Amino acid sequence: MLSLDIQLRRGRFEREVRIEDSARVVALVGPSGAGKTTVLNAIAGLVRPRSGRIEVDGRALFDSARGIDLPAHRRRVGYVFQDARLFPHLDVRGNLLYGRHAVAEAGPRFELDAVVALLGISALLQRRTANLSGGEAQRVAIGRALLAQPALLLFDEPLSALDQARREELIPYLQRVRDEVRLPMLYVSHHPDEVRRLAEAVHRLD
Amino acid sequence: MPDFSPAELAAIALSLKVASVAALASLPFGIAMAWLLARKRFPGKALLDALVHLPLVLPPVVVGYALLVVFGSQGAVGAFLAERFGISFAFRWTGAALASAIMGFPLMVRAIRLSIESVDRRLEQAAATLGANPWRVFATVTLPLAWPGIVAGGVLAFAKALGEFGATITFVSNIPGETQTISSAIYELMQVPGGELGIWRMALVAVAISLLALLASEWLVRRQHGRRGEGDEP
Repeated sequence: MLSLDIQLRRGRFEREVRIEDSARVVALVGPSGAGKTTVLNAIAGLVRPRSGRIEVDGRALFDSARGIDLPAHRRRVGYVFQDARLFPHLDVRGNLLYGRHAVAEAGPRFELDAVVALLGISALLQRRTANLSGGEAQRVAIGRALLAQPALLLFDEPLSALDQARREELIPYLQRVRDEVRLPMLYVSHHPDEVRRLAEAVHRLD
Repeated sequence: MPDFSPAELAAIALSLKVASVAALASLPFGIAMAWLLARKRFPGKALLDALVHLPLVLPPVVVGYALLVVFGSQGAVGAFLAERFGISFAFRWTGAALASAIMGFPLMVRAIRLSIESVDRRLEQAAATLGANPWRVFATVTLPLAWPGIVAGGVLAFAKALGEFGATITFVSNIPGETQTISSAIYELMQVPGGELGIWRMALVAVAISLLALLASEWLVRRQHGRRGEGDEP
């Protein structure tokens, strides 16, 4: 479970964001510019909050009072970006296995074969990332995040770069990930429909 | 080609050796400096940037004299290196390589820095969220994606080293067989009457080597792009 209470700097303003929810899959919604992506970046360790506390299942990733600020590579936060961000110099398999050196305390929880089957990407393994459609690229990005053995999954509008047909294609995969990997998830979106179909609870940023 | 004199052949071989060693030995430093300037913010960065570029604008003879003062057998660093490690630069081909490396360093750093700056930082962030520490991010994302610029930087440094004259001749003089490169051999040929043919021969060799180096780098860069961009979507 994710629990956070942070102060973020946004230009000249400061804002406080608190998320305490017992739900496993939380949607983060709000108008653009409300700082949804900034919250995800703070959780992943890509931006530093002014102060506050971020915990996943009781493990502190950031706590200004205790002087804790884990670097991004030690947070075990899987991040699926809006624009997939696959590595262009690696093929799909190389992308999927990129995080394999990340060590989970209890041994790997997600294996390549299982993740590939879950996301239906076995036919893509040898492909170059430049040849993938938007939906395929996002599935590979989700697989890549899972194979780094994360303790939490972040999604930053993973469907926003896709047209309606591709969205409909990807949503069932997202539902499968939600139901089968049993990880806490934070899902940023501004589509009410998407939120309704994926999230258990909704947190609004204004 | 007409036949080369032994001294000319020695100069050509020495030029190739000096330029290769200069380019390869300075490459790690060039990559480190380029990364520092492209990715880090620290006090004194503008000054460091200016210092790196200094050999580009200083009279080469000043650089050569500075090297003589610092790395010569009486120089502070030169005496230390000779005593502790038995490495000597004064009037040796190693000194020619050092002088060429320093003269080519700004060109090398510029090319590599531009290519590191063009690597999408968001890919580096993605790598970090996948558990890669900063070294691994650099080795597995930044370096491979900046590869064309690194090749270009190496070739530029090689070509610059091949053409280096002023700093080299000031620092290590013009000793046939030890420090006489193509450039200084041409210079010597110009001092004697009847040297025109020799000058032409050496000049053509310089043109041929430089062209080959540029073509080779172009080929390397293209090969890398080809592997990556195969079937790029429009």
